[in-house]
Amino acid sequence: MPGFVRRLRGFGRRLAPSLFGVALILLALLPFGLPQFSSVMPLLSVIAVYYWGVYRPDLLPAWAAFALGLVEDALSGGPLGLMALVLALVQGVCVSQRRFLAGAGFVVGWSGFALVAGGAALFIWSVSSLYYLHLFDPRQALAQWALTVFAYPLLAWTFLLAERRMLQPG
Amino acid sequence: MMRLAMPVKAMVQRFAFLMLVALGTGLLIVGRADIALTERIRTTVADALTPVLSAFAEPLAAGRALAERAHELFRLHEENARLREENARLLKWQEMARRLEQDNARLRQLLHVTIDPLTSFVTARVVGDTGGSYVRTMLVNAGLRDGVQKGQVAMGEAGVVGRVAEVGQRSARVLLLTDLNSRVPVMLEGSRLRGILSGDNSERPRVEFLPGNSQVSPGDRVLTSGHGGVFPPGLPVGFVASITDGIVRVQPFADYYRLDMVSVVRYDLPRPVAEGEAPALPGRR
Repeated sequence: MPGFVRRLRGFGRRLAPSLFGVALILLALLPFGLPQFSSVMPLLSVIAVYYWGVYRPDLLPAWAAFALGLVEDALSGGPLGLMALVLALVQGVCVSQRRFLAGAGFVVGWSGFALVAGGAALFIWSVSSLYYLHLFDPRQALAQWALTVFAYPLLAWTFLLAERRMLQPG
Repeated sequence: MMRLAMPVKAMVQRFAFLMLVALGTGLLIVGRADIALTERIRTTVADALTPVLSAFAEPLAAGRALAERAHELFRLHEENARLREENARLLKWQEMARRLEQDNARLRQLLHVTIDPLTSFVTARVVGDTGGSYVRTMLVNAGLRDGVQKGQVAMGEAGVVGRVAEVGQRSARVLLLTDLNSRVPVMLEGSRLRGILSGDNSERPRVEFLPGNSQVSPGDRVLTSGHGGVFPPGLPVGFVASITDGIVRVQPFADYYRLDMVSVVRYDLPRPVAEGEAPALPGRR
């Protein structure tokens, strides 16, 4: 029985980051009733994928990031495959730069995130513009990027707590 | 053995990653072309997650209502005075409406006018705002099983919100008037001039294809024209907010940011059907 419980806990542990990701995607979708807010809603899923990609890539592999993005695309009504592609790329970048980012302090981690999020926002803006054959206002992408960068510390802190509380092995 | 296994594992991982990137790109391209497939994937996911969104959207709406009520408490006095005044004005309108209604009924009878078919509606909760910044849509928690169908119009308290663009079993996506892809046939109330209200992702969609020399002035009410048979005619859409360089922009009546519920209007195009005869236009909606 303890073996079963342990296995169940291990399963929950491995699933937790993905569930966090889905919860964040749903949170970003909720109608908050604030004017203009939904158009500059922070890219919460990018924060989640970056965090887990840098600090615990074993818990959120590339295919899981891709799946999260697909869910986000389906729900948001945007181009199907866009966020899937973005999140998979973010995960790939994080894993490749992880040796540098994971060991460094918070400020370096945050700066790294600002770069990655900037790339993501730019990618989303340019692919959307191509997809809809319409030049979207770049200021919107800029505002979204800024809000995402500011939202990072709060979410990273939440993830850190969660990781300490329940995700430490053993 | 280990020395061999590591590079192989890394290679497999790299290959899997490249496959994901290719899959994403492929989806984007295929999804752009094959709208039916995109829709099926979207509605499946939306159907699965709408109950969760509903569970959160409801308390959120309640919280918002509470905050609003607290705010109103402070302005109860002014509000009362304003409402009393409005009430007096509306009573006069009511009187007038009654008279007109009788007039109308009498005239219709004289002329044997066939009235538009009765419209019914389904009320649904708004459970999802659009997530991305480049689309303007809403997710509502009613779908095929509630009688919602693609192309139907969604109304807020004050006016048209948008058109049902995708529909699943228990969820539907409403394309707002402001979205880049929204096109709604409208007319100006006073002059009966017809045009197409087309969104461009800004707050105020523009009216296109108005006759060249049309007289439009700010404040003119804009209604659905019913052309194309998708929307019932005469639904309030908004008012002309500005005219600059010949571009007429409309402020929608619907307040997208305070929308908890929408009514999806079921409307069947009037069809010429002779007695005892099969519908003349089978399969047309």
